Amino acid sequence: MTATVHRPATRPSLDALGRLESEALHIMREVAGEFDRPVVLFSGGKDSTLLLHLAVKAFWPAPVPFPLLHVDTGHNFDEVIEFRDRMVERYGLRLVVAHVQDWIDDGRLAERPDGTRNPLQTVPLLDTIGEHRFDAVFGGGRRDEERARAKERIFSLRNAFGQWEPRRQRPELWNLYNGRHRPGEHVRVFPLSNWTELDVWRYIRREGIELPSIYYAHERDVYLRDGMWLTEGPWGGPRAEEIVLRRTVRYRTVGDGSCTGAVESDATSLDEVIDEVAASRLTERGATRADDRLSEAAMEDRKREGYF
Amino acid sequence: MATDLLRLATAGSVDDGKSTLVGRLLYDTKSVLADQLDAVHRASVDKGLSTPDLSLLVDGLRSEREQGITIDVAYRYFATPRRTFVLADTPGHVQYTRNTVTGASTAQLAILLVDARKGVVEQTRRHAAVLGLLGVPRLVLAVNKIDLVDYDEATFEVIAKEFAAHAAALGYARENVTTIPVSALVGDNVVDASERTPWYVGPTLLEHLETVPVEPDPHEAPLRFPVQYVIRPRTAEHPDYRGYAGQVAAGSVAPGDEVVVLPGGTRTTVSRIDTADGPLTEATAGMSVTLLLTDDLDISRGDLVAGAQDPPVVTDEVTATLAWLADKPLVAGARVLVKHGARTVAAIVGELRTRFDEQRLSTVDNPESLSLNEIGQVVLRTAEPVPVDDYRTHGRTGAFLVIDPAEGNTLAAGLVGAPLPLLGGS
Repeated sequence: MTATVHRPATRPSLDALGRLESEALHIMREVAGEFDRPVVLFSGGKDSTLLLHLAVKAFWPAPVPFPLLHVDTGHNFDEVIEFRDRMVERYGLRLVVAHVQDWIDDGRLAERPDGTRNPLQTVPLLDTIGEHRFDAVFGGGRRDEERARAKERIFSLRNAFGQWEPRRQRPELWNLYNGRHRPGEHVRVFPLSNWTELDVWRYIRREGIELPSIYYAHERDVYLRDGMWLTEGPWGGPRAEEIVLRRTVRYRTVGDGSCTGAVESDATSLDEVIDEVAASRLTERGATRADDRLSEAAMEDRKREGYF
Repeated sequence: MATDLLRLATAGSVDDGKSTLVGRLLYDTKSVLADQLDAVHRASVDKGLSTPDLSLLVDGLRSEREQGITIDVAYRYFATPRRTFVLADTPGHVQYTRNTVTGASTAQLAILLVDARKGVVEQTRRHAAVLGLLGVPRLVLAVNKIDLVDYDEATFEVIAKEFAAHAAALGYARENVTTIPVSALVGDNVVDASERTPWYVGPTLLEHLETVPVEPDPHEAPLRFPVQYVIRPRTAEHPDYRGYAGQVAAGSVAPGDEVVVLPGGTRTTVSRIDTADGPLTEATAGMSVTLLLTDDLDISRGDLVAGAQDPPVVTDEVTATLAWLADKPLVAGARVLVKHGARTVAAIVGELRTRFDEQRLSTVDNPESLSLNEIGQVVLRTAEPVPVDDYRTHGRTGAFLVIDPAEGNTLAAGLVGAPLPLLGGS
């Protein structure tokens, strides 16, 4: 057999989304090759759904070789939990759920006066990582989300307390990732580091990825707090002075219901969502996440404690 | 299509205004969203500043804002109608040079800043050497704070000339070095051409970034494909499937190609290229695919599939250049791990051959040690043979990490061969 095969004049090459996809598959395969017990953080939100889609592609036709982990604050959107469970079933995966409520019930955590449970996720996350001896934890974090995340490596070493130490980050050279860690330590891995919000949406359109319905415009009873449209729920809203209104809204991010705001939108299709994101003058976290507005270094402080 | 993206890094000494320049680029290309800008305005007012401090857009860590310096690489993404940019804003402080190496390792272009009042300084020469070593194809010397020397042409020319000589000694052809007078603070020649530098006829920084040629992927090179993971579903649907997953590091591959699996040396033929979206007729550099081979061989993670025509050298004695990034100095006899492609092997540093003096552009033979931020050539003896290429011809398979076996930290950037002209001479 001849070794030289005639090649077509135009060589196949990757466009920008293709490059991002290829980089993410490469990262996931490195983790599968080097770690004993990886896990994927999966909430049913768009970034973690994208992670799952990429994991399915990275190992096809074999099943995804790691389980999923959801830290459940109990402040959920029903549509998202239904979606989460459907995805787990579709791909034949194992899902580990850490219920924040369990930690509150047995006294390891206390409910905050403001009712938000987002900061309470860190302890159940670290306890569950320790209990299952997970050594690599995939997250959907992107560098374009926030200034502290812009500084984080793709392989981010966490000490035995789960903490991020920005001054001790390893050099990360070329596409060679150093996943070595000592017993008790683990590595957070961010395959979507170099994606922007617009890349995520364009890729979702290109691949035809299904998302929970609340990412698209729908009518909902909401009330205004701190300039964000919050929805009614078990997290203690609305207060007496807050008026419930019916609005056409959609969510740009999905997190704990107490601090995730909806934006007014008529975007019911992917094309309309992409147009809206491209024209937006606000970042997705600035627009919709009360937890990031607390202080100038809100995200960095939470990351240092072991949050994503 | 493939050239619509430019990966760039900034470098330069502390206080030269890198973060301000990046902030200016983002601001003037309208890449800053309203809530980010509000936050910068609020913080600037709190600090008692009369104009917004654009460096606050990129200095994301609390200690960076407190000290007013950049400690770690910040990655930024912005686009103009002509091109998409991935920008690594790296620190200038000598203590954080390892983070500059991180940002520069994947860059296609680097912007090196100097302060027009100070000219080329020690850190400029150090960063230029690191950029030359890593093979960053193009440099821009941004002579910043040109407003503070009254837009003086002679000052600019002196700096440009001195830097040109230094860059040439590092192997940069003249056409790959562009020097631009800018003021990041005021905005001269960053996005908009300045009327205060009528003697400067070249492009603004952004014009240059938008039009500079981008190196094409090495599609025409011989194939290099590190096997990352063996895909064996063992399902009812795919009982005997055995595929080798990886990313094409160089060249291209098609069904029917004859390949050699290294370090073992077995020859076989590619029977199929799989992806989750269906089989491909050809895969080129950068693509993540799964190769199926005609023969049932014992191949595992860490093996390298190479074109049968022009395979890499398989050796257990590697002459390489290291950029030492650890506080603890390297001495001969050190036991390390080498991560090359998808393979990690034990190695002993047999010999420190030369140390490169990037300030004087000379070499010192048989140095005692290599300290933090020093560059030197060494001989590594590996526990098993490894298939290596020269870094200058095959960046991906000529690069490796040196890792501390005890702590697990990355100690050095390793480059096979002598990527700097001065090292090759010894």
